[in-house]
Amino acid sequence: MIRTDLGAGRGKALPAPLPFKIPSATLRELVGIPPCLHCNPDTDSEEPPMQTLDLALDRDQAFMDEVARESGQDLKSCYQCGNCTAGCAYTQDYDIPVHQVMRLVQLGQRQAALSCRSVWLCATCQACTTRCPNNIEVATVMDVLRHMARRAGYAPERLVKTFADEFLTSVARHGRVFEVGLAAVFALKSGKPMQDAGLGPAMLSRGKLSFLPHTPGGNGKAEVAAIFERFRNRPAPHHPATTNSEDE
Amino acid sequence: MSARLGYYPGCSQSGTAAEYDSSTRACCKALGIELVDVPDWTCCGSTPAHTVDHHLAGALAARNLIQAETAGLDCVATPCPSCLSALKTADAHLCDAAYKAEVERLLGRAAPGPMPTQSTLQALYEKVGAQGVAAQVKRPLTGLRVACYYGCILNRPPGLMAFDDPENPVAMDELLNACGAEVVPFPFKTECCGAAFAMPRLDMMQRLSARILGMAQNCGADVIAVACPLCQMNLDLRQGQVNAAAGAQYAMPVPYFTQLLGLALGLPAADLGLAKLVLPLAPALEAAAARAAEAEAKRQAKANAKNGGTPRNQEDAPCA
Repeated sequence: MIRTDLGAGRGKALPAPLPFKIPSATLRELVGIPPCLHCNPDTDSEEPPMQTLDLALDRDQAFMDEVARESGQDLKSCYQCGNCTAGCAYTQDYDIPVHQVMRLVQLGQRQAALSCRSVWLCATCQACTTRCPNNIEVATVMDVLRHMARRAGYAPERLVKTFADEFLTSVARHGRVFEVGLAAVFALKSGKPMQDAGLGPAMLSRGKLSFLPHTPGGNGKAEVAAIFERFRNRPAPHHPATTNSEDE
Repeated sequence: MSARLGYYPGCSQSGTAAEYDSSTRACCKALGIELVDVPDWTCCGSTPAHTVDHHLAGALAARNLIQAETAGLDCVATPCPSCLSALKTADAHLCDAAYKAEVERLLGRAAPGPMPTQSTLQALYEKVGAQGVAAQVKRPLTGLRVACYYGCILNRPPGLMAFDDPENPVAMDELLNACGAEVVPFPFKTECCGAAFAMPRLDMMQRLSARILGMAQNCGADVIAVACPLCQMNLDLRQGQVNAAAGAQYAMPVPYFTQLLGLALGLPAADLGLAKLVLPLAPALEAAAARAAEAEAKRQAKANAKNGGTPRNQEDAPCA
């Protein structure tokens, strides 16, 4: 319907309120609109009730504070311009574009922010951080969400987590990453053992495969192992991380 | 122009990117930059460490800064952008007392003091520069059309990396231009190649690297010069995988910028490791030489025409 009262009618007195109250459902019937499925879930219509998000009810202030503290970023200053998403090379692989992940954090939506694939698919290429007009280190926020997702037991991109874990296992063991060993272990654990098998001959003929780890000469190997040991034995985090094992 | 710099090679440079290490060392030596290896260096933690925990990442990187400090080095250079990012991040965050305390707990000793770090590209650009390189060129790369690809984190985020322009870096362009190469305008200088996702999410790497190869080809480049071992691996070693997914036929050599620089400086082939490239550089160099010869012939013909000595000119001359 095209409204014609926007110009000339302005300044006119509002119509007097009706002398009686019409229940909204009745009003809907009067003007021929079907009853609202959300307000009237008992309706015998076959359509399911609309999924709604009660933002006030779900807002997790502790989560908002935790992300702000761990990332050191002023999350309130994001005004949703979308520049981060516009420059993100991974938007088409994300389930939630990065500016919306930022919005979920602003709204304290812990579960939605931590369970998404996007935080695992961020490559930390820093385009978002570089282009944020409010100088938010968006990539750092994504990093922190990934840390929290790990602690909460989410891993929707299992192989991304496996790769990082195996890389660090290799470093902990050898002091430096042992590329061939990492590739072999990943091939086995990923369930895609042949994915990179075709690269073997080209690498072998060019002397790019070192079959022995290249370990540091002095105390380096032991010192790195000790760093990992202390990291494993770190005191439990002071924030209560909700555990979730459905994806593991 | 003599300078002494700490040198942190990084894990890739002792394995899959050995030619980046050897060509970097050779170029620096030829241009008067003395590289002193950080003794007993270990992995910086790279991307996997910071995606797991920032303190773990800080401790792994800081151990190397301690090694450099103990050896009396006052600046550390590294060829690898990921290592550089890890070292710079640790150095910057150690100003924060709480962060420093946890890193020291992981290290089991005092954290290092401030340690300036830079890429070997930055060292070459600032300590030698385009003019310094041009003065040393023995074998100009005339006719070679190069797309300079910096990768995503060499210059980003600008506050941390503090070198060159984050959207349109030019350091590599200027150095290779000084080598006589024709640097083509390349809009994807800092686009992501797929980084470390080649193993866990090959599909994403294939899509992103295909864009970069395609853009370089459309820009008329003979080669893509790179400054990152991960970019190089995705674009060169995995170019076949990219072609398979994209239904493309790219055959684009992807040398390290130091290999091209070394060629122009006339450094020994053994140091440059050109044989380690999966897509051979030779065809591109031959095409460049042919193009240069053609341009030279045209220039010669034009000069002759101007002097009135060519047969064509005689024909055009009015009859007596």
